[in-house]
Amino acid sequence: MATDTLSNQGHAHGHDHDHHDDHHDTAGTKIFGFWVYLMSDLVIFGSLFATYAVLLRGTAGGPTPGEIFDLPLILISTFLLLISSFTYGMAVLAMNAGRVVQVQKWLIITFLLGAGFIGLELYEFQHLIHEGFGPDRSGFLSAFFTLVGTHGLHVTFGLIWILVMLIQLKKQGLTEVTRPRIMCLSLFWHFLDIVWICVFSFVYLMGVL
Amino acid sequence: MFGKLSLEAIPTDPIVLTTIVAIVLGGGALTAAITYFKKWGYLWTEWITSVDHKKLGIMYFIVALVMLLRGFADAIMMRSQLAMASAGAEGFLPPSHYDQIFTAHGVIMIFFVAMPMVIGLMNLVVPLQIGARDVAFPFLNNLSFWLFAAGVVLVNVSLFVGEFAKTGWLAYAPLSGLDYSPGVGVDYWIWALQISGIGTTLTGINFFVTILKMRTKGMTMFRMPIFTWTSLCANVLIIASFPILTATIALLTLDRYLGMNFFTTDLGGNMMMYVNLIWAWGHPEVYILILPAFGVFSEVIATFAKKRLFGYNTMVWATVAITILSFVVWLHHFFTMGAGADVNAFFGIMTMIIAIPTGVKIFNWLFTMYRGRLEFTSPVLWTLGFIITFTLGGMTGVMLSVPAANFVLHNSLFVIAHFHNVIIGGVVFGMLAGLTYWFPKAFGFTLNEKWGKRSFWCWFIGFYVAFTPLYVLAFFGAVRRMQSYSNPEWQPLMIVAWVGALIIAAGIACTLIQFYVSIRDRKQNQDVTGDPWDGRTLEWATSSPAPFYNFAHLPEVHGVDGFWEAKKANGGVPPISEPPYQDIHMPKNTWEGPIIALFATIFGFALVWHIWWLAIVGGIGMFATFMARIFNDDVDYYVPAAEVERIEREHRQRLKQKGDLAHSTRLETQS
Repeated sequence: MATDTLSNQGHAHGHDHDHHDDHHDTAGTKIFGFWVYLMSDLVIFGSLFATYAVLLRGTAGGPTPGEIFDLPLILISTFLLLISSFTYGMAVLAMNAGRVVQVQKWLIITFLLGAGFIGLELYEFQHLIHEGFGPDRSGFLSAFFTLVGTHGLHVTFGLIWILVMLIQLKKQGLTEVTRPRIMCLSLFWHFLDIVWICVFSFVYLMGVL
Repeated sequence: MFGKLSLEAIPTDPIVLTTIVAIVLGGGALTAAITYFKKWGYLWTEWITSVDHKKLGIMYFIVALVMLLRGFADAIMMRSQLAMASAGAEGFLPPSHYDQIFTAHGVIMIFFVAMPMVIGLMNLVVPLQIGARDVAFPFLNNLSFWLFAAGVVLVNVSLFVGEFAKTGWLAYAPLSGLDYSPGVGVDYWIWALQISGIGTTLTGINFFVTILKMRTKGMTMFRMPIFTWTSLCANVLIIASFPILTATIALLTLDRYLGMNFFTTDLGGNMMMYVNLIWAWGHPEVYILILPAFGVFSEVIATFAKKRLFGYNTMVWATVAITILSFVVWLHHFFTMGAGADVNAFFGIMTMIIAIPTGVKIFNWLFTMYRGRLEFTSPVLWTLGFIITFTLGGMTGVMLSVPAANFVLHNSLFVIAHFHNVIIGGVVFGMLAGLTYWFPKAFGFTLNEKWGKRSFWCWFIGFYVAFTPLYVLAFFGAVRRMQSYSNPEWQPLMIVAWVGALIIAAGIACTLIQFYVSIRDRKQNQDVTGDPWDGRTLEWATSSPAPFYNFAHLPEVHGVDGFWEAKKANGGVPPISEPPYQDIHMPKNTWEGPIIALFATIFGFALVWHIWWLAIVGGIGMFATFMARIFNDDVDYYVPAAEVERIEREHRQRLKQKGDLAHSTRLETQS
């Protein structure tokens, strides 16, 4: 629903011209374009999931999924990410209400939760590598590190993006430039959440089963 | 300090050295000329930083034509080598050089000739056809072009510094892995394709959104010109398939740079996964190339037959059907890998099914010509040549799709003959037809017909002379990618194929002469009306070259062939835009696009040579430039109505001077 509001606002602002004439780069087009980008990004994750499924048994005498996954730790990081999606939703609600300080506050909370998630992921990776189970150990570990790491890289970009938005909100407030960006970042953040649910189910849960 | 890079990386092969010297001298002369005539500022403000989709389209095409010369030089070297290297003779190319040449030929012709031609035409034409002033994301459009250019630069640098891949154009693992390709060749391949591929993905998203969101009033989906439809489907394919390429290349990169085991022969790697992934992208890729070519032929044949395209709806649905089917046939590229009879049968049948919508299209073109008043202009010649050649190529494709036959034909010259049959007969003919057809829209004058027709006949005859022998040789056992052969009986046909390549070379020369003659005679060939062919779609409704805002008033359409209908309703002459005008909202030029791509080039080059500090510089440079863009709010402006009025008034005056409003330049160019 927020998408509709935004595209209306995008159309309403600016010069008093016939807006059918100059509809490039309006908020609605941007958000639609971002959706399309996310779908193409999903294909990357799809390729990585497929590769993981194919290489799952390529353990080459190394550890199997069940032997290395620390489920309680993953559960914590999963909840960090899920809660961060909720707090981002709060930021969007605050934006729709036009309360810029609230938006900043929720974005900071989202940032901290996301950073916590990345911190736990780094700990997990470091721990595995330390044990001798690095990505070069076997095809399975290559696929595991790459799939989870690609998601982590995306979250890291999301964190940088949150920082950028915090700076822009401080400089500009809620404008027709920052609003669609917060909206796109919202889509990005929820998208990463959904991908993570797939990672959690297919990689970690099914790995330990 | 410089990673793996040292002076030894400069090749010493005399052929390569001569090329390097020639390119350095030529490039130096060009740079000196630009400096002498003080054109750097002009290039920067009018072209390099431009977000105008028409200029970007022109730049794509220029780069594509330059790369066509390089890709063709590779082709003629291969044909010469095989004409010589018979019965124990070694020819003039040692295997390590020959392997780089066939790899470079494939990579260049697909990624840096065919793709930019297709994307260039889309840039030039699609926004005009849908009655838009620009694309949805003009900055991204500029960035896409320059990322593509970064890939071009990396491929060409590999000629001077180091080597190129010796793996074939798709760099099959494990041959492309570190164990079997320890040199930098595969790394050049990786970074050139990765960087330009990201540009292509951005283009796909951009044009998909443009077509769905920015059509003018009355332009419903089923009133879109066929070229726009085929571009839409090609962009869907780009969005859905290029990320697979990105992922696949990334995995190969991890294997090569971080010692991972995705496609290695031991430690749990699976090289068959590589072949599956690369073709899951690779097969849709060939439809990304051919669908827009189908679109060009549809426009050309309807325009020059003076008839509405036969079966518009079936043409659209055939295109959509091909789009979907192109994702379920990839395994036919490796029937021999051993997937089993059931899997092979499924993919064989799916492949054969693609012939049905393609056949629908062929009949639509034939029926459009039937009882039309066909003018035999050079775009029509390309189209007729295409219909014959592509149908033959399609049939050899159906032969290859029979798994049992494929076990005999796999990796033979039959495959080479087949895909050149469809790519030259389809994509190349299509792009040259499109170039001739839309050239006046880009530059304001038509191309010389005499040299255009000569070019066609050379290409058409040259193709058959060059590739029919390969079909025959395949049945004598000749395989692809061989540097020499022992059977002397193959040599006569190899020499015939070499003659064919020479005839094609004459065709390329005719095109270059055509440019020269047309530019020389541009006054006589001027397209004053903006509608030199009595066209049917909206791109002909504005002046040639189109003003940077495309349309002073956005046109409204009431059916398929909207411009044709508007002309009919207006007594046979195009409606002219009259005052009052309004301010027009336009995007500003961007310096960030070319600079990001510059850092991307540095980034790629540094990673090829393992110069880690330079890679960090490149990475930070890209990020910082992108941030500069993010924090730059001054990205658009309004063209004042008075300025629009001035430009339109000049156009009307030119029309008046010419006197005849409708068909001014047609008669001259047809003679």
